Amino acid sequence: MSAVKAAPAAAGAMQLISGNHACALGAIAAGCRFFAGYPITPSSEIAERLARALPEVDGVFVQMEDEIASMAAVIGASMGGVKAMTATSGPGFSLKQENLGYAAGAEIPCVIVNVMRGGPSTGMPTRPAQGDLMQARWGSHGDYPIIALAPASVREIFDQTARAFALAETYRTPVVVLYDQTIAQLTETVDLGHRRVAPFVERKWASGPREEYRPYAADESAIPAMARPGDGYRVHTTGLNHAENGFPTQNADVVERNLARLLAKFERHREAIDAWQVTSCEDAEVLVVAIGISARSATRAVELARARGVKAGLFRPITLWPFPEKQLRAAAARARAVLVPEMNAGQLRLEVERILGGKRVQGIDRCNGEPITPAEIAAGLEELGVRS
Amino acid sequence: MILDKAADFDVRKYLRLEMMPHFLCPGCGHGIALRALLWALDELDQDKDKLAVVSGIGCAGRLSAYIDANTFHVTHGRALAYASGLALARADLRVVVISGDGDCLAIGGNHLIHACRRNLNLTCLMLNNEVYGMTGGQVSPTTSAAMLTTTTPLGNSEPSFDACALAAAAGAGFVGREVTYHLPKLKELIKAGLEHPGFAFIEVLSDCTEIFGRKNELGSSAEMIMRQTSDLRPSAYRDTVEAPFRPNELATGVLARNDRPEYGTAYRNAARAIKAAAERRGGK
Repeated sequence: MSAVKAAPAAAGAMQLISGNHACALGAIAAGCRFFAGYPITPSSEIAERLARALPEVDGVFVQMEDEIASMAAVIGASMGGVKAMTATSGPGFSLKQENLGYAAGAEIPCVIVNVMRGGPSTGMPTRPAQGDLMQARWGSHGDYPIIALAPASVREIFDQTARAFALAETYRTPVVVLYDQTIAQLTETVDLGHRRVAPFVERKWASGPREEYRPYAADESAIPAMARPGDGYRVHTTGLNHAENGFPTQNADVVERNLARLLAKFERHREAIDAWQVTSCEDAEVLVVAIGISARSATRAVELARARGVKAGLFRPITLWPFPEKQLRAAAARARAVLVPEMNAGQLRLEVERILGGKRVQGIDRCNGEPITPAEIAAGLEELGVRS
Repeated sequence: MILDKAADFDVRKYLRLEMMPHFLCPGCGHGIALRALLWALDELDQDKDKLAVVSGIGCAGRLSAYIDANTFHVTHGRALAYASGLALARADLRVVVISGDGDCLAIGGNHLIHACRRNLNLTCLMLNNEVYGMTGGQVSPTTSAAMLTTTTPLGNSEPSFDACALAAAAGAGFVGREVTYHLPKLKELIKAGLEHPGFAFIEVLSDCTEIFGRKNELGSSAEMIMRQTSDLRPSAYRDTVEAPFRPNELATGVLARNDRPEYGTAYRNAARAIKAAAERRGGK
């Protein structure tokens, strides 16, 4: 995907809905037919919506006994060939991490929505935060690849949830949809007139004779075809390091080869995976990098700063992981300083500093449950614009 | 006669022979349990393509890899939760879970009680060898009183779980227990569990000779298994050790059964009824 442009407004189908509602609609539109979850604020509305919507499309909703079981059931359903999703918030996201790592290692497509609330621990269940950026990338043990998407509006939650399924199926990976409580429970008027044409993507299924099929052998795409139970392949799936035939191995060469493929498997597909939005970056001397509700404030802040003569721009990663690095470097080409407002203690800033090595990067860190206002970001931009 | 019949069953048609030799220790009862499961499936003419076996972590968890079916070796304790998703998404598959006492009752205990309550069409075999064998012999929720393990060097002072009583109390549709000593009876019990339309919990009293038996001087594997008579008199072990092996007088056979509705069927029926009502309202 290239830089995202606003979709053209179509007549009709205007709805006033919340972000969590849009998430449920996006999932159904993308072909999600299984949801397992556990009640947690502020994500529960997704489960409640899908408990009603899934039976209508011959899907299955189940409320499991805990967060761990929800993640496990979702992977189990996907191993059966059904598009599956769970939704949670910080504490539940922590509990899901071991099984999320299983899905990454065994390459089982699934979608995990994490509606971020205040942390650490139980934190502030009804207040927004953006504190799970690094957990979305590194939360499970060992090395593994993952995709995380960070929508910033109700409409974009619909689109990115639907896209999460397409990416999960295409690249055989868990995909995390990460957004904060503010936009989860924000209601906005959206036009979902095109929702029937939302991406409805099937994973690559095994075909050909059983004797020739090797579950983790991949062509140049690096994505192996998956066997569906019942299709006659009778394969073994394990969280142990495995050979191309799917069975456990401790052969160093075999393990290294499979992990090298796994860890690099998104690289040749970055054009399709990367998504970002740039606003006024062409001549930007100070650049804001932000996601979610902070990016909404930053959009206004850039206008305010420009009105006061500061050449400001906004870079917003929509695909957060893998991070759109080269796109950020391009957007920041003329910038003398970068401002990263975020509702955590500087997680996104760490990544921006790494990518823009040497450039002046300043943060606005917010961990008290209050969104960062446009005025605060604009003030930061003006200060940087003057000093840099 | 019975033994001849057992010998007549050619287990190889359900095994991945390329995975042999297997990794179980000499004398381990898990192989007998596996044979009983495959024998029961054979008697039910189970299509291997439509069979899914989900297992957790531990010695029992490794058994799925030897079965020529759709097999899933998942995370520790979570096999029932993975299997629940698979069975709900794919009602056309027969889903069997193989778990151990630690996997099923300790780390996976919450999933067990809710699987029993939910009564989804799954068959769960819990191979109880009273110990964490894979990790070197630590105490488990079913270790008998006073037994020595690497983490109970003073003798186990925790009471052990009666897993079948737990499963029955939680509402499992079918609950049974058998010893590996009685292979044909074990096969029959598993078969009855597989045929039950709902959640079937079957505890197989297995033996860990290498680690648990050796540490507690319980004798050879043959001695350990021979002592597993169906009424499991603890006195049988008093000759060998001062502290009794399995002091609970664990009953065997079918221990509980109910005909509560199977969850997946009930869910699908309710969904169909709601859809039909909506279509009537819509005038379709």
